[in-house]
Amino acid sequence: MGAGHAHDLYRHADTPLHRLPPQCKLVAVLLFVLAVVATPRDRFWAFGVYALLLAAVAAVGRVPAGYVLRRVVVEIPFVVFAFALPFLASGPTVDVLGVDVSRDGLYGAWNILAKGTLGVVASILLAATTPLRDLLLGMERLRMPQLLVQIMQFMLRYSEVISGETGRMKVARESRGFQARDVRQLPVVAKSAGALFIRSYERGERVHLAMLSRGYTGTMPVVTDVRASAAQWGVSAALPAAAALACAVAWLAGA
Amino acid sequence: MVAPPLSLDVEGLAFAYPDGHQALFGVDLRIGRGERVALLGPNGAGKTTLVMHLNGILSADTGTGRGTVKVAGLPVAKANLPEIRRRVGIVFQDPDDQLFMPTVREDVAFGPANLGLRGAELDARVDEALEQVGMAGFADRPPHHLSFGQRRRVAVATVLAMRPEILVLDEPSSNLDPASRRELAEILDRLDVTVLMVTHDLPYALELCPRSVVLSGGVIAADGPTAELLADRALMDVHRLELPYGFALPDCERCAPVDRRRGRVPSDTSEQG
Repeated sequence: MGAGHAHDLYRHADTPLHRLPPQCKLVAVLLFVLAVVATPRDRFWAFGVYALLLAAVAAVGRVPAGYVLRRVVVEIPFVVFAFALPFLASGPTVDVLGVDVSRDGLYGAWNILAKGTLGVVASILLAATTPLRDLLLGMERLRMPQLLVQIMQFMLRYSEVISGETGRMKVARESRGFQARDVRQLPVVAKSAGALFIRSYERGERVHLAMLSRGYTGTMPVVTDVRASAAQWGVSAALPAAAALACAVAWLAGA
Repeated sequence: MVAPPLSLDVEGLAFAYPDGHQALFGVDLRIGRGERVALLGPNGAGKTTLVMHLNGILSADTGTGRGTVKVAGLPVAKANLPEIRRRVGIVFQDPDDQLFMPTVREDVAFGPANLGLRGAELDARVDEALEQVGMAGFADRPPHHLSFGQRRRVAVATVLAMRPEILVLDEPSSNLDPASRRELAEILDRLDVTVLMVTHDLPYALELCPRSVVLSGGVIAADGPTAELLADRALMDVHRLELPYGFALPDCERCAPVDRRRGRVPSDTSEQG
């Protein structure tokens, strides 16, 4: 299997969760999120079940809670709107800590926050236990269009090259007395961005030449094969199956 | 016994880019099997254009041109491109352009996998190529975690893995620190393959290539033993070639007498376009 490519989210360890083929984990996370999203928002206990399931997965993958929680902050920009909902939505109100807030808004906020957080935590667990490279292999395995996988693969390879180039341009600007103080300096920064775009474009052309020179004909040869056994699919089905069960019960049994 | 075909046989190669800029004006170049040849020339002489013709990236189809290129007897033509690209291994100047896969192993495997190799055979090819450049322990590393010199060596391995007939190196010593430069020289020196090395680094050419050709103004302006060409001040000056400050040519028995060389210069440069 592909080697560990170090990135911010991946946490190297050797656990059953790390060893599962990436495509199994991808499908499991997708189905889990679908079950979460399909759950009626007022069945609070179901969300508790989901959280427990994720906690169990984290335990198997030996991902500490703090590690996950620190990374959950990425969702803040997306859920910040949720906090405003109780105050903005109309309809019957309820009293929370002496403040009148909309009941529907409160439910809406909870809905976004709970489902969003569960989805983000599931993704963090996936990323923490699967190297990026393997995720791409998994996507390829799942018949994701080759072109998209290739684009992501090149992003993975060249993000550091391009950020290095950005950094050098910044140093070059500042070495000649440039300081980005306010919007008046924006044209300079915009021109640098344009130059960076052209440089990257030209690099793309050179990379393409290098690929052609080594016999590239439009498809990437599949070199590392990540096959999944029926048993591995079975193991990874545990999470979405449990979540689907909770979802079904939530629909049938009520709150 | 029939002699093996030339590794590279370029005949009357002329080329103009679609924008009208003519880069090559009739290049003739023959390189025998196992030879190591340096391609010298000032900037803008057409070195890169020539290299791009060797594996059919540029051809009469992409601009206006005439002439032929044959690699080990096989003409560079559309129908032969896959085999030509196996036979001609180009190592580009910036290893970041050449190493585009997430790991060293996958990158070295890219070429042979395009040739249809799979499984154990492919693994063996990758290991062998990395072994040749002394990078066997780095197979599972991402390229951007390697030093520049290591990346250049892996770039050489990506091409060696295709078992090329001829290895074409574009400025192999550029941006290397002296130690990496020497290590690469030792590696290249050990390889049993025809080499065409495009370079401005004349001491490097002298060290590695017994023969040099000077490409200037889109034609081959001189062709001979490297030490002899480098000792020819007049020739060097005409083509903007210079040894770095502080360098002197080592004594060389094969160098022809000074006046004979002087006498030859005009005829060597007369065909400039």
